[in-house]
Amino acid sequence: MANELPFERSLLDLELKIRELKAFMAEKGIDLRDEIERLEARARALAEELYRNLGPWERVLVARHPERPTTLEIVEHVFEDFFELHGERLYGDDPAVVGGIALFEGLPVTVIGHQKGKTTEEQIRRNFGMPHPEGNRKALRLLRQAEKFGRPVITFVNTPGAYPGKGAEERGQGLAIAENLWTMAGLRVPIVTFVVGEGASGGALALAVADRMYMLEYAWFTVISPEGAAALIWRDAKESPRAAEALRLTAQDLHELGVIDAIVPEPLGGAHKDPEAVYGEIRRFLRLALDELLSLPPEDLIERRYRRLRSVGRFSSLFSSVDGDEAAKEEDRHPDGTRS
Amino acid sequence: MRWRDLFGKKGKREGEGPSLRRREMGAVARKADEASLPARQAKDIPEGLVEKCPSCGAILYRKELEANLKVCPRCGYHFPLSAPERIAITFDGGHIFEYDRDLVSDDPLAFPGYREKLAEAQERTGLVEAVVTGEGTIEGFPVVAAVMDGRFIMGSMGSVVGEKVARAAEMARAKRYPFVLFAASGGARMQEGILSLMQMAKTAAAVRRLADAGVLFVSVFTHPTTGGVLASFAGLGDILLAEPGALIGFTGRRIIEQTIREKLPPDFQTAEFLFAHGQLDGIVSREEMRPTLAKLLRLHAVGRRVGGGQ
Repeated sequence: MANELPFERSLLDLELKIRELKAFMAEKGIDLRDEIERLEARARALAEELYRNLGPWERVLVARHPERPTTLEIVEHVFEDFFELHGERLYGDDPAVVGGIALFEGLPVTVIGHQKGKTTEEQIRRNFGMPHPEGNRKALRLLRQAEKFGRPVITFVNTPGAYPGKGAEERGQGLAIAENLWTMAGLRVPIVTFVVGEGASGGALALAVADRMYMLEYAWFTVISPEGAAALIWRDAKESPRAAEALRLTAQDLHELGVIDAIVPEPLGGAHKDPEAVYGEIRRFLRLALDELLSLPPEDLIERRYRRLRSVGRFSSLFSSVDGDEAAKEEDRHPDGTRS
Repeated sequence: MRWRDLFGKKGKREGEGPSLRRREMGAVARKADEASLPARQAKDIPEGLVEKCPSCGAILYRKELEANLKVCPRCGYHFPLSAPERIAITFDGGHIFEYDRDLVSDDPLAFPGYREKLAEAQERTGLVEAVVTGEGTIEGFPVVAAVMDGRFIMGSMGSVVGEKVARAAEMARAKRYPFVLFAASGGARMQEGILSLMQMAKTAAAVRRLADAGVLFVSVFTHPTTGGVLASFAGLGDILLAEPGALIGFTGRRIIEQTIREKLPPDFQTAEFLFAHGQLDGIVSREEMRPTLAKLLRLHAVGRRVGGGQ
């Protein structure tokens, strides 16, 4: 099996055995239904067991599964009439970031996301979903266009990070990301973000400043890849599982840390096992988010987004223990000055 | 609590010295001369009378080097400055009134070794965190300032740095004082994971509001300004300046070299490289920095604004 995950080995062996038995039964005409049923029940139990206790590193592997639905596949199934837009009008079209206009249940929206490939060839063409500055500037162009036409923006995050390349630095990778954060913070239309696969560093964040943020159950999102963190702390990429644990990068972690609004459930075994179910869930969460956000006047929307961003973080004061939430509330009690 | 001890040891207490109004978000009022260079210098500079220039190898008398703003008199190499040293040479009277000195980092992820790292950095630098924020004047022009210190866990941004920068930007907006940043950072702080990453969004949002209010933001990149700090608030100044030779970039050289399997030129990601690629307004020597900032402040303070500018 080309796309097997190491921790799924026993499950895959069992599934293989079931297929063999079925083939054998068909071929020889021997009734093995009892045996097959027994094995299928065992496989189900094993899968449930595996996925109930999935560790952070296993989740990272599921999020990277080559068959995992890509942004374009999600867009194709969640929206109608997608029309892709290309280029940032400056240097080149970045295939690692896709975007365009589509309808969501009749409502025109702008969609933007990182795009990975499904085949090796496509992965290379898409640069494994790692944007150059051009990709982030294409996103910037589409953000401004969405604002102009009053379209909500839906983003899909799935990148191992911004591309670490020479040209990327020459053309201002850092400044391009900063510009996106700045623009999204003040955009006058709703922004809803789904972290659908992996999300590392500023490259991922450049599409993830939002009014609502959802994360697929087995997706991960943090400041650095587990491999990068392992290299920095333990000088050894083999320590990646340990780094994944330490970084607290799972959807559950981000929910607990107050970064995301909700976890989008995935089918047993990951999104690729039943993509239709995942598209349905994304539609459900998006409907929910837009219902709330579309009724807000732009000023309220931006103010709430600001409060939301402002409240993320945990720290203490020497005077009293506070977290960002309380600090934000504190400020609400002193409205003179900081807000007009 | 050991942070408290840190303060206690130095005998600093809130309420001493010229007082800030209470409004200033619980800022700790400080003695006017607290951040001045002489008091701290002994700590920041290794023992001995001489220092070797890492660029040209010249052996320099420490006193001579300090008199020259820690710029090598032979080759012009800019030695990195601590935040207190930077404040001492930039602001009138060599000091600022510090904001939010009470904010200290937690260890929200229980990340291996983080508490020890924080304690060590505090002990070694005498600072509470990697950024000092506050207000002061430059040639009489009032500003809100944020000065980062690369010695404190590489000047990295966790929840406290993000919060202090955001509050400083909010204060600049409230007072309509220009915001002046001296960046010195390795980027987002790994040990706070997603919370560090989100500080990029938080600080970018805060300087966006500052911009919407029409307030000037001058960002100065000093060595090094990289990663998530460059890619958020530091990269969003109306005017971007850098010190000569400063390392400025998003991804570290080693990672790029490993990725592209190619050796990068020596000047890659230097201030001069960025300037040549249209990403900086100017490279300003340490000696010229204060007059340059004063000039920019004056240019934004005189005359009237037309076309609906606030």
